[in-house]
Amino acid sequence: MAKNGSVDRRNFLKSAAVTGAAIVGSAAASEAQNAPPAPAAAAPGTAPIAPRETDPSLEADIVTTDRPGGDFMVDVLKSLNLEYVAANPGSSFRGIHESIINYGGNSAPEFITCCHEESSVAIAHAYSKVEGKPMAVLVHGTVGLQHASMAMYNAYCDRVPIIVMAGNTLDATMRRPGVEWNHSVQDAAAMVRDFTKWDDLPWSLPHFAESAVRAYKISMTPPMMPVMLVLDGGLQEDPISDEVKGRLRIPKLTLTTPPQGDAGAVAEAARLLVNAQNPVIIADRLARTPAGMAHLIELAEVLQAPVIDQGGRMNFPSHHALNLSNGGRALLGNADVILGLELADFWGTVDSFRDSLIRSSRPITKPGTKLISITAGDLYMKSNYQDFQRYPEVDIAMAADAEATLPALIEAVKRAMTGDKKTAFEARGKRYSEQHGNALDRTRSDAAVAWDASPVSTARLTAELYNVIRNEDWALVSASGNTSNWEKRLWKFDKHYQWLGGSGGAGVGYGAPAAVGGALANKKHGRISVAIQGDGDFMYAPGVWWTAAHHKLPLLAVMHNNRAYHQEVMHVQRMGNRHNRGITRAHIGTTLEDPFINYAQIVKGMGVYSEGPISNPNDLGPALARALAVVKKGEPALVDVVTQPR
Amino acid sequence: MKKHLVLTFIFFAACVMASAAQQAPAQQNASAQQQQNAPQGNAANGRKLFVSFGCYQCHGYEAQGGSAGARLAPRPIPYAQLLKYVRHPTGEMPPFTEKVVKDSELTDIYAFLRAQPPAPDVDKIPLLKQ
Repeated sequence: MAKNGSVDRRNFLKSAAVTGAAIVGSAAASEAQNAPPAPAAAAPGTAPIAPRETDPSLEADIVTTDRPGGDFMVDVLKSLNLEYVAANPGSSFRGIHESIINYGGNSAPEFITCCHEESSVAIAHAYSKVEGKPMAVLVHGTVGLQHASMAMYNAYCDRVPIIVMAGNTLDATMRRPGVEWNHSVQDAAAMVRDFTKWDDLPWSLPHFAESAVRAYKISMTPPMMPVMLVLDGGLQEDPISDEVKGRLRIPKLTLTTPPQGDAGAVAEAARLLVNAQNPVIIADRLARTPAGMAHLIELAEVLQAPVIDQGGRMNFPSHHALNLSNGGRALLGNADVILGLELADFWGTVDSFRDSLIRSSRPITKPGTKLISITAGDLYMKSNYQDFQRYPEVDIAMAADAEATLPALIEAVKRAMTGDKKTAFEARGKRYSEQHGNALDRTRSDAAVAWDASPVSTARLTAELYNVIRNEDWALVSASGNTSNWEKRLWKFDKHYQWLGGSGGAGVGYGAPAAVGGALANKKHGRISVAIQGDGDFMYAPGVWWTAAHHKLPLLAVMHNNRAYHQEVMHVQRMGNRHNRGITRAHIGTTLEDPFINYAQIVKGMGVYSEGPISNPNDLGPALARALAVVKKGEPALVDVVTQPR
Repeated sequence: MKKHLVLTFIFFAACVMASAAQQAPAQQNASAQQQQNAPQGNAANGRKLFVSFGCYQCHGYEAQGGSAGARLAPRPIPYAQLLKYVRHPTGEMPPFTEKVVKDSELTDIYAFLRAQPPAPDVDKIPLLKQ
C-alpha cells in the first residue's frame, strides 16, 4: 500500500474500515458502545483524546508518492496525441495539472492558461475545427463547469469534438472542509449531459484509460460533439497501487469510419440531380477535412450546378464561378432539385419566416421541388435543447456523413451522365459563371457606397483588412457575423483552413476565444490568423487576450466596434414599433456607450499591441499594416475601429 | 430565431436592393421624376431623424444598407413608395406608424436620402479591384 513512506488513500481507508469492523465485533467495542459518550474536548490538564481510527491525520507521517494516478492519466492523454489542454486552474484537478506540467513535461498536452472556463472551451472549439481532432479542456467540477457550459453548448450545436475533463472529489470523508464541499458534486456531468454526446466517471485508472480512448472515439464519430470525463481527485492524486499497476494498459484507438449514405439512396439522388434543370447545392457544416471542399468542387463542376455556401465550414471557394451564395432566394425559387449537405436548418433554408405581430412562413421553393438531405445530424439527436430546428419535409434523407458520401455521389452522377446532358450542363455553367461575375461587380459597387464614411463602413473595414493580409498565408478564424458578410463577398477564400464557421449555438462570447484557439492551431502551420471581433462579444471574457499574449499567438484582430449589442437593439426596436411606442429608447439596455469602451487600452493592459479607436477610414490601412508587422513577429495585435452598425 | 431573422433580413435586403439599384433606364427616369415631385424637406434635420428614429440601425448612417436593411441611398426609391412601405412593410422591417414618425418627419428623412452623394467610382478604389 505504501512505498517510500507514501500511502494510498483508498487502501488506507479499506484497512481502516476492516479494523473498525473488527472492533465493532469485539468485547471492547461492545463495552465502548455501552460506555458514556466521550467528552468533545479534553478537560484541562488531561491527555488529549486519541483520534478516531478513520481520522486522516493518522497518515501524517506518510507524505509523498513518486507515482500518482495523474501520471498515468497523462500517459493516456499523450497516447491520444492531445496537443493542448486549456484550463483555468482549479483545485479539483490539481493532481492531473501537476502531472501534466512535471511528469508530462508540459508538452502534448501543453497547458494553455485561461482566465475563464468559457474561454477554455471556445479555444478548444476553434482549435478542433482547424486541426480536425479534439483538444482537451480541464475544468473545476462545479463552478468551472458552470462557466464552461455555454461554450460546450456552442460546440455541441456546431458538431465539434472536444474532450472536457472535470475534477471532482467523490469521497465525502476525504473532502477538505469548506470550499471543497462546495466544489464537489454527486453527478458532475448531469449539468451538461443534454449537450454532450457521452460522459463517464472512471472509477479506476484502467477504467480511465478505457473511457478516455472511448471518449476520443465517440467525439470523433459523426456527428462529432463534445464528450466529458469526470476525474476523481483521489484517482488523480493517490499513488498507483501495486495491484492496479499490473492492470494498467492503454487500449488501442481505432476511429470509426464515417457513415456513408445508402447506395440506393445515393443512386436515386444522382438520378434526380442529373435530370434536374436547375439543381442547387447548399452546404453548411459539410467540410470537416480538406477533402470536403475538393469533393464539393468536383460535384458542382460535374453538374455545373450553383453552390450556396452557408458558411458553417469552409466548403467552397468564394470566387469559384459556381459560387452563388449571395443569390440565395432567387436560386432556390427556381430550383427543381436542392441538395442539402449537413444543413443545420433545412426548413429555414427553403422557407421564409416573417417575425411580425402575427408570425408567418411560406416556402421559398416552388411546388414539386425535390429536396435531398445528407446529414449526420439525423443519426444522433437529443430532446431537451431545440437546436435541431423545424422538421424539414425532404424527399430523400440520408442519415450519413455528407463528406464521406460525396465520392460515391460524384461517381453515381458521372455514371448517370449522358453526352447531351454534358452539353446542357456546360451551357448552364456559363450562365451561372456570368451571374457570379455580375454579382461580384455589384458587390464591389455596393461596397463603394459610404466608402469614406465615419463611423467606418463594414465594407471598408473588411476591404482594408484584406488588403494587408491578402499576400500572406492567412485564415479568418473568427468573425462577428455582423459585417454584412462583406468578407465572404470580397475576399478570395480558396483554402480549406481559411474559414472555420461560427459558434454553432449563437452563444455570444465565442468570437474572442475562438480567435485565440484558431491562432493556437494555426501557429505551427505558420499562418496569420485574422479575426473580426464584435465589441459585445469581446466583453464577455476579455481575459482571453492575456492568454493570446502569454502564449505568443500570431493573431490580428480588428474590432467591429458598433458600440452596441446591435442585434438586440434591433429586436427592441421591433418591439417598440410593434407596440406603437417608437424606438427612441431602444438603446436602453442594448448599447455600450456612456462611457465608450476603449478596447485598445484594455488589451494593452494585458500585453497586447493595439491601436485605436479609429474613426477615420483613412487611418485604418496604416494602423493595420503596423499591427500586421507585430503579428508577423509572433504576437497578437488588435486594432479598434468604430464602425457602422452592420 | 436570430438566425432566421438574419436570413430573412438578408433575403429582404437583397430583394429591395436589387429593385432599387437595378432599375432599367426608363424606370430610373420615372423614378427621378417622382423624386423631383416629392415634397421638399429639411435634409439636415432628416439626417438627425434618421439616427434618432433608429433607421441607421439596419440601413447604416449613410443609408448605404447592409445585411439587416436595404440600401436606401443614393438614388432612393420614390417618396410615395417609401411612405407606403414604412407604414405597411411587407418584409422584415418593423412598421413605423404615424404615431411614431410623422409624415413631415419622413419628408425630412427623404430629403436626407436624396441629398446623399453618389458613391465614388469603384474603379478608382484600388482596394475594391483586388
